[in-house]
Amino acid sequence: MKRDAKDRAAFTRRALLIGTAQFGIFGAIAGRLYNLQVAKHGKYALMAEQNSISERLEAPLRGLITDRFGTVLAGNQQHWRALFMQALAPDPQAVLDNFYRLVPLPDDEKARIAAELAHRPGYIPVLLKDYLDWPDMAALEVNTPDLPGVVVEVGASRSYPFGPGLAHAVGYVARPNQREAAADPVLSLPGMRIGRTGAEAAQDAVLRGVPGFVQMETNVHGQVVRQVAHDPGTPGQEVTLALDAGLQALAVQGLKDQTGAVVMLDASTGEILALASSPSFDPSLFDKGVPQATWNAWMADPGHPLQNKAVSGLFAPGSTFKPTVALAAMKAGTLTAETILTCPGFFKLGDHVFWCDNHTAHGSITVTTALQVSCDVFFYQVALGVGIDRIAAMATVMGLGTDLGVDLPDAETGLVPTLDWARQHGIHWVEGSTVVQGIGQGYTQLTPLALATMIARVATGSAVGPHITRRIAGTLQIGSTPGDWPVLDVDPAHLAIVRQGLFEVVNTPAGTAYADRLTLPDVQMAGKTGTAQVHDNTAREKRQGFNDLTMAWAQRPNALFVAYAPYDNPRYAVAVVIEHGDYGGVAAAPIANALMTHALTHDPAGRDVPLGGGAA
Amino acid sequence: MMMDSERLAPQRPFRDRSFGLMRKLLRVNWLFVLCVCLLAGVGYTALYSAAGGAPRPYADSQLFRFIGALVLMLGIAMVDIRQIAKISWPAYALGVLLLLVVMKFGHTGLGAKRWMTVGGMEIQPSELMKLFLTLGLAAYFRRATQERLNEALFLLPAVAAILLPVGLILKEPNLGTAVITAMIGATVMLGAGVRWWKFAILLGVMLVAAPLLYHHLHDYQRARITTFLNPGSDPLGAGYNIIQSKIALGSGGLTGQGYLHGTQNQLNFLPEKQTDFVFTIIAEEFGFLGSMAVLVLLFSIIAMALYTAISCGHVYGRLVALGVAANFFLYCFVNLSMVMGLIPVGGVPLPLISYGGSALTAVMLGFGVLMSVHVHRDVEFASEEF
Repeated sequence: MKRDAKDRAAFTRRALLIGTAQFGIFGAIAGRLYNLQVAKHGKYALMAEQNSISERLEAPLRGLITDRFGTVLAGNQQHWRALFMQALAPDPQAVLDNFYRLVPLPDDEKARIAAELAHRPGYIPVLLKDYLDWPDMAALEVNTPDLPGVVVEVGASRSYPFGPGLAHAVGYVARPNQREAAADPVLSLPGMRIGRTGAEAAQDAVLRGVPGFVQMETNVHGQVVRQVAHDPGTPGQEVTLALDAGLQALAVQGLKDQTGAVVMLDASTGEILALASSPSFDPSLFDKGVPQATWNAWMADPGHPLQNKAVSGLFAPGSTFKPTVALAAMKAGTLTAETILTCPGFFKLGDHVFWCDNHTAHGSITVTTALQVSCDVFFYQVALGVGIDRIAAMATVMGLGTDLGVDLPDAETGLVPTLDWARQHGIHWVEGSTVVQGIGQGYTQLTPLALATMIARVATGSAVGPHITRRIAGTLQIGSTPGDWPVLDVDPAHLAIVRQGLFEVVNTPAGTAYADRLTLPDVQMAGKTGTAQVHDNTAREKRQGFNDLTMAWAQRPNALFVAYAPYDNPRYAVAVVIEHGDYGGVAAAPIANALMTHALTHDPAGRDVPLGGGAA
Repeated sequence: MMMDSERLAPQRPFRDRSFGLMRKLLRVNWLFVLCVCLLAGVGYTALYSAAGGAPRPYADSQLFRFIGALVLMLGIAMVDIRQIAKISWPAYALGVLLLLVVMKFGHTGLGAKRWMTVGGMEIQPSELMKLFLTLGLAAYFRRATQERLNEALFLLPAVAAILLPVGLILKEPNLGTAVITAMIGATVMLGAGVRWWKFAILLGVMLVAAPLLYHHLHDYQRARITTFLNPGSDPLGAGYNIIQSKIALGSGGLTGQGYLHGTQNQLNFLPEKQTDFVFTIIAEEFGFLGSMAVLVLLFSIIAMALYTAISCGHVYGRLVALGVAANFFLYCFVNLSMVMGLIPVGGVPLPLISYGGSALTAVMLGFGVLMSVHVHRDVEFASEEF
């Protein structure tokens, strides 16, 4: 018992000692708490205030643009760039001064930065300099402590592997301007680009993607302590164009340094397989900013390199308009396959004489022969017989002078005049105006794209519309299969007559494009040449024996050629316009021949993988 | 034999192990239970704030866990301490077994293999082990005379019984809990009457061994120590917590930023603030006064546990109560020191306040045994019973 009591006393002593020690430790903890919470409160309260999470948006990767076989036409390239997060800098101006000392910038860039800093919300960084080179990078890295808020990171810029060759079809991107950036804050993100022309502009919304964000925590010195969260956003969707890079290359080669445009369509769907406009320009210059000298040169160039002549170039169609005139007359009943009209080499209306081409007398001929030899006098009479309004109505059916709804920006509707139009524009319409309308001269102005659409409709009897987007994120777009298009509102018998004439143009020795018939076995091309005057020779010029080869380049006629092939099972349609190229059969038809030959041997229409698998 | 011992002590009021439930309930230290409930209330308040001013996801579920654990605690308090004493060694063996099982089959959380699921409940065997080790050591030293305590051979099994689970816990790896377990063992041995100087020797050995041990630590453990020694060296990693935690405490000031208005807390500067760093929420929003109130409550628990130890008539109860008190103290000490940047961060929650079921259950189990000691503080242990 005594022993027990002694033990108990010893235990109590020890337990109390342990308890005292624990109390002492709690006291120390309390003291430390007092030190932190009360004595140093000011310091930590300040730190808490400056402790912050900053968030910045990050531009998404722009979607790729490829041709139908997956060849990249517009891709993304990485480069280094410096951004500035104003909120992270205790003294933004000092940081900017340090930056300018290390990486000198021109004054207009400094002004832009100052303007952006003043207007941007804090979560959107301001671009200081794109395309940093190694000396810049090294200077920035070494001086990081003097540059709080400056972030050097990888940015993406747009690259166009085919350069000028696809500049018009694919288009280009550029930095959004101040107004656009103000309207949509997302566009003010460094690295955000806006599609300006071509497919880049038409599919801008699809290609753009959704921005991601980076959440960073910054310490009291404004330095990024760590990345809290990172959401890369959603990259833009891939846009697959109907283009075939191989055909496109041929079109560009064919145009060479001539001014003009080439459009090739899948005749049964209206898919644009090639679309070239010459002269062209380097689309990648816009991403970095076009040098002033280059810009001035473009503006001074009479060939207007920035204009996409295929969709917005307006040309008198010349003789390529004749099939439409024939169809209008046949529909009106003023012309049949058997109708014979006589061409003495000229046509007299009142006291005005309209000459046939080269003053040639074609004799008494039918419509097919008139198409074959491109007799003007025949069509003067046909046009006069059917009247301007019915020609315009048929033109609309054939896709001429009407909105084709092409998925490319800046597409011109063109013009096929009507009496209403003439009245509205205060033009006194005379019969002579109708006469020249028969050969595609006068007020008629059409785009190469419209001509290609017209010839595709003639070929297939299907009301196809031109379009360049085949797939978006892999999904086939409506219009990519022949079944998507309605039957053309034209009597098939009339179409057959016109097709016969167009066949003879290319495949008979008397045809105006016989020299450019296909050399492939068992496949024939049908087409129509056109030579459209852009200059009325004055009486004085005529006296001087002025002809197309001796006149100034800008006054020479435009050369046109529209064609489809194969004749008996049309798959491809093409329109070529060479500005001031003289005769369509000479300047334009060889390009069409080259494209047709390639198309018929490689057969890209309706395919997503090249014939024979992968061969370019 | 049992009959004999009972006959020998007829004057003892509670010799009978089956005294009425009502009387047992009356002997519970209700002030202690009140303090436990108050701390749970503090926990609810803090967790409500941690969720940005919402009962979910933390506060409500923690409340339900606490109610369950409270029932468990009072249930254990009704069990005769002598029955508990009988299962001391089986419990110890079970604890070791669980540690082995968790090592083999447990799943990994935050770089350590320390969790296992039993009946849908996540438990950490190391938490249970601290209580089971206390029970085992108390049973071992219950009958030890001062002479035997001086024999090295007698102490050796006890030291081995401590080192076995400590080693297993270190292997998990869970440095914090391993150290706490060792210190609980040492406290119980100290309470049993082992000489102070023996601990001094042990401490000396440990100081010498520390640098050697450092080389065998896991990378993350080493990182914690180096960051602790120089928080600026790793601003992205572990040091971040210490800095943010100190800012949270410091910005609280004397009276705090106001409930639900702590910027550090509400702006999510502290990862996992609902668990290990829950104290910063109270300190930031209620200031120095609030944190002092919590400290007082926490120490009241320790003081009352020590009171139970001192007022207990039997050695087993004393040692158990001392061990439970030590466990709770060490929990508080490690957590608070960690939060204040005094010792390396160790994954030790603040008992009764932090979010999480495992530590709560283990602590309340210990309190159940403690209350059983308190209720049965005057029972007679027959020496033959053990």
